[in-house]
Amino acid sequence: MGLQNPATPVAENIGWFHNSLLMPIITVISLFVLLLLVIIVARFSEKKNPTPSKTTHHTLLEVAWTVVPVLILVVIAIPSFRLLKEQIIIPPSDLTIKVTGKQWYWTVEYAKDAGGMSFDAIMMNDEDIAKAVKNGANKDDLPRLLSVDNEVYVPVNKVVRVQVTAADVLHAFAIQSFGVKVDAVPGRLNETWFKATKEGVYYGQCQELCGKDHAFMPIVVRVVSQDKYDAWVKGQKKAQAEGATRVADAAVR
Amino acid sequence: MAHAAAHGDAHHGHPTGWRRFLFSTNHKDIGTLYFIAAILGGIVGGILSIAMRMELQEPGLQYFTNPHTFNVFVTGHGLIMVFFMAMPALIGGFGNWFVPLMIGAPDMAFPRMNNISFWLTPTALLLLVISMFVEGPPGSNGVGGGWTVYPPLSTSGQPGPAMDFAILALHLAGAASILGAINFIVTIFNMRAPGMTLHRMPLFVWSILVTAFLLVLSLPVLAGAITMLLTDRNFGTTFFAPEGGGDPILFQHLFWFFGHPEVYVIILPGFGLISQIISTFSRKPVFGYLGMAYAMVAIGFVGFIVWAHHMYTTGISLAAQQYFVAATMVIAVPTGVKIFSWIATMWGGSLRFTTPMIWAIGFVFLFTVGGVTGVVLANAGADRVLHDTYYVVAHFHYVLSLGAVFAIFAGWYYWFPKISGYIIPEWIGKLHFAIAFVGANLLFFPQHFLGLAGMPRRYVDYPDAFAGWNYISSLGSYIFATGMLVFFFGVAYAFVRKEKAGDNPWGAGANTLEWTLSSPPPFHQFETLPRITGSDHH
Repeated sequence: MGLQNPATPVAENIGWFHNSLLMPIITVISLFVLLLLVIIVARFSEKKNPTPSKTTHHTLLEVAWTVVPVLILVVIAIPSFRLLKEQIIIPPSDLTIKVTGKQWYWTVEYAKDAGGMSFDAIMMNDEDIAKAVKNGANKDDLPRLLSVDNEVYVPVNKVVRVQVTAADVLHAFAIQSFGVKVDAVPGRLNETWFKATKEGVYYGQCQELCGKDHAFMPIVVRVVSQDKYDAWVKGQKKAQAEGATRVADAAVR
Repeated sequence: MAHAAAHGDAHHGHPTGWRRFLFSTNHKDIGTLYFIAAILGGIVGGILSIAMRMELQEPGLQYFTNPHTFNVFVTGHGLIMVFFMAMPALIGGFGNWFVPLMIGAPDMAFPRMNNISFWLTPTALLLLVISMFVEGPPGSNGVGGGWTVYPPLSTSGQPGPAMDFAILALHLAGAASILGAINFIVTIFNMRAPGMTLHRMPLFVWSILVTAFLLVLSLPVLAGAITMLLTDRNFGTTFFAPEGGGDPILFQHLFWFFGHPEVYVIILPGFGLISQIISTFSRKPVFGYLGMAYAMVAIGFVGFIVWAHHMYTTGISLAAQQYFVAATMVIAVPTGVKIFSWIATMWGGSLRFTTPMIWAIGFVFLFTVGGVTGVVLANAGADRVLHDTYYVVAHFHYVLSLGAVFAIFAGWYYWFPKISGYIIPEWIGKLHFAIAFVGANLLFFPQHFLGLAGMPRRYVDYPDAFAGWNYISSLGSYIFATGMLVFFFGVAYAFVRKEKAGDNPWGAGANTLEWTLSSPPPFHQFETLPRITGSDHH
């Protein structure tokens, strides 16, 4: 019912901003309006109040319902601007990854100094999942529509800069647990960042209508310890050196 | 004498049969035509939405083996509900019928222009429906680019003629609306009865005036943008193609410069309707009349300078996002003034809970819910995770489907006796309300949860974790659709039963000019202009 569990400081702050500030405010406002309507229905029916009042102005009241919303908005705006700045201003990064949205998969490239790996991340369809399960994978680790053949590995507690673009039409790179969403636009290089503080597997789905298989181009980011990450990089490099452009993810694990 | 009267009518151009409607220059007949068009559009758009909810009821692909077809349904539903249901009903239907009646004018300022602006509308709808049956992307039919038709998906992404049909449909619908809007502005400025100053105009007329200005100022920008799409597609220009130096984001700026005012075009007439209805059935003048009128002007004005809050994730700069957050939140203030003024109008009133009043009270609450989620989305920081998820779908359906559509039904039950001369029995309207209220909330409230949990919009299939709320949402849509059957039954029943409405079925609270006329009003009204003296005519 609520937001996904946060895995970065930004996502934690979004969670606080939404769950602890915005939600209570909007719930109270909605219930307040509902309460007033209930009172009106109960008290001012034709039977109970046959003569309508003639009041059509009340300066104090009118000033109040203009000023109070302004104050509420100011209360919202201060943390809102702080959060926005945190999302947009990218701190010095430890690792740069470029993702390119294509119809209908993502191409992932690591910066040269980070190993220069590159691969496509394509969704596993039902047959792929069935095959992987047959080969010993746990079915629960391969959720339908979210699993991909090649996962993106990143080290935990490192600032990762993500450069996002597209090769054909618009796409959008999004991982809610990281508090990240940015459009992939042909001819533009957008940037965002995350610093995952919890190891685990995080899923994202394309969030900008991109044609037929819009719903079928997920991305998976696996946050691992530095040691595991280094081992993965080594494996990737070795595999790429051997001329394989695509590495079966399972082999590395 | 009879002969003379018939002759007189003919002399005044009172054609009968199909000529009466095809060649009509009469604002009431044209209003009726707009209602018929809106009902047709609503049926088509509604069927598309039911098909989508049937697909989404369970995870997996049920009916749309080609997911592109689902995108076509998404696109068709959005465009049809905006351009061929809500706008024709609110502006074309209620606007044409009641603006002249409420300001004491015999007709619209440009009756012939009124005719062409109507007949372009079904023509545009026809083009849009045709677009669903010709090739879009290679091998598939129809436009699957969403109502926003963002390039490059709408240019290189769908080279077939379907998109060209859709662009021409939007051009015609847009031209029709511009003509209609000019007509309303001229009518309201020049044809008010003696004594009907701007500050004595009923709020519904104010709402149509502001709406007309929004249309005249925003639609040309849409026309420009989609013309650029058309030339990018067919004549080798590269306005939106980076390989030729263009930029897809430019289209989004142009689209939303139109698109944001457009959503106010749909809700403002609803505001006007709700003000009339609440005032009538509270037997009180509207609380803070001037504040209400100028709140709409303020909403209309600010509506033009907030467009990029639809584009927080496109990569626009920090400064731009900060500005659009601040500007967008400002809209909450005049909107709050309206909601509290409606409540203050009812406070101390002598309320009659008729069908239109129940719809109006339902509107006030549901619009509030849609409004506060708008404040959430206004914050770019929160929108970062909610953009293009079902949270946005829930938000804009609460303000449009539960806001504008509830206003349309409130207005329909309020003015149906005036339009037709017949009464729809109260129990039918109230049954319709009960079913629609339950159905719409069941349909759209769970979508907030889906959006918070991260379900992207415009998805034909979703991860299994989202199954539960989607199922409930689909059930809600079937319940709402059942309510629509009650609605159609009510209309048919009223025409069959023929219970006469009388000039004013709503009693003392209904004090605007249309209630001084017969039901239905004569073909030409106010041959002697009414004189407005009191200040209580709103």
